[in-house]
Amino acid sequence: MSLLSFNGIGISGLSAAVPTNTIDNLAYQNALFGKEVAHDIVSKTGIFERRFAPPGMCASDLCYAAAEKLLTDLAIDRSEIDLVLFISQTPDYRMPATSVLLQNRLGLSKQTAAFDVNLGCSAFVYGLSIAFSFLQQGGFRKVLLLDGETRSRVYSENDRKVAYLFGDGGVAAVLERDKKFGDSYFSLNSDGSRENLIKIDAGGYRKPSSADTVASRMVDDFGNVRSEEHGYMNGADVFNFVIDEIPKDLRRLSEYAETDLHSLDYYIFHQANSYMNNYLVKKLKIPVHKVPTSLERFGNTSSVSIPLTIVDKLKLQLKESNNVLLCGFGVGMSWASAILEMRACQISDLVEL
Amino acid sequence: MEEKFIKAFKEALELEDRTIDLTDTFRDYEEWDSLGHLSLIAILDEEFGVVIEQAEFNKLNTVGELMVEVKKRMA
Repeated sequence: MSLLSFNGIGISGLSAAVPTNTIDNLAYQNALFGKEVAHDIVSKTGIFERRFAPPGMCASDLCYAAAEKLLTDLAIDRSEIDLVLFISQTPDYRMPATSVLLQNRLGLSKQTAAFDVNLGCSAFVYGLSIAFSFLQQGGFRKVLLLDGETRSRVYSENDRKVAYLFGDGGVAAVLERDKKFGDSYFSLNSDGSRENLIKIDAGGYRKPSSADTVASRMVDDFGNVRSEEHGYMNGADVFNFVIDEIPKDLRRLSEYAETDLHSLDYYIFHQANSYMNNYLVKKLKIPVHKVPTSLERFGNTSSVSIPLTIVDKLKLQLKESNNVLLCGFGVGMSWASAILEMRACQISDLVEL
Repeated sequence: MEEKFIKAFKEALELEDRTIDLTDTFRDYEEWDSLGHLSLIAILDEEFGVVIEQAEFNKLNTVGELMVEVKKRMA
């Protein structure tokens, strides 16, 4: 039972950065797939626009920009940051860890702990649980949580199953111990038996990169084209997974937290596509007005989507105290949920790079 | 059950105007695609409380076989 609870730890500030380069999905790849395909996909997924990082811009650059904005807005003494976490599956290099590069780039002390977390859509919630756990130890003062993705580069633009879904972004959060923060609860899960639902087959050490693995080929009767180093997704099975596992996990978490799942102020789900999220919300009987979405503007940004939605949609809505549910699910399969209080959280204006 | 199933099946794939036979191979319908598949998953869960794993689903070919599988899982 991977359930965790904390008290007196919370998020004091949150910021996000996205590339200015905007993709209009209705016009995307019309020469290849035709307007009708784009229209059908947009109407089902709800994803109208996405942001693509230009060549040379990495997830870490987006996180760096978000972090500079947040540390300035919060007027934080950087020497108080004792841990920097970088969450991504699109790091700068295979080694060293991007978190270590960011420690230097952000001018943090050499006495800063730094490591990367390699998880996808569940990772912001996982990352929070790690930050909270470190802060529970008296020795850590502040944690800088950085979470960035350039998912636009992971998938083939010639595979219509994934070409219209993913976008890029990066966020930064500062977490600390303070008696003002209330109780928080986490549930963490994994199921590696479903590794093939969302995957990149080659380019790691199990199947190293070669001329063969980067060669594009037709992969199905629909004429979709990708290489073994592109990501693929079995959307139907992912949907099955979500409607099966997520309601169970949220029930488990709400029982553990002794909280009525329907009593919370906001429910922020991973932004996969509106069809799946709408169905999930309906199944859970959660009022739609408490469920903010940002996928219409940014698409699926993997682990970034939950905090990006908070920055984009809740900046002006949040009251002094808000009880929120966060729920991320995807590649792994890996899924995680949290119920926590967001109190007096400083949310910076969205940064565009 | 059969009537309810056919109605749900037609709704999912937007086949309301068509006559559906239990012997039809549903993947041969022009309307069958990955988006239609998502609708079918949602409606089977919503109307019948049934989730069929992909491996099992892939073994089903006709509308009738799908209906039998749904019935079996409801029991």
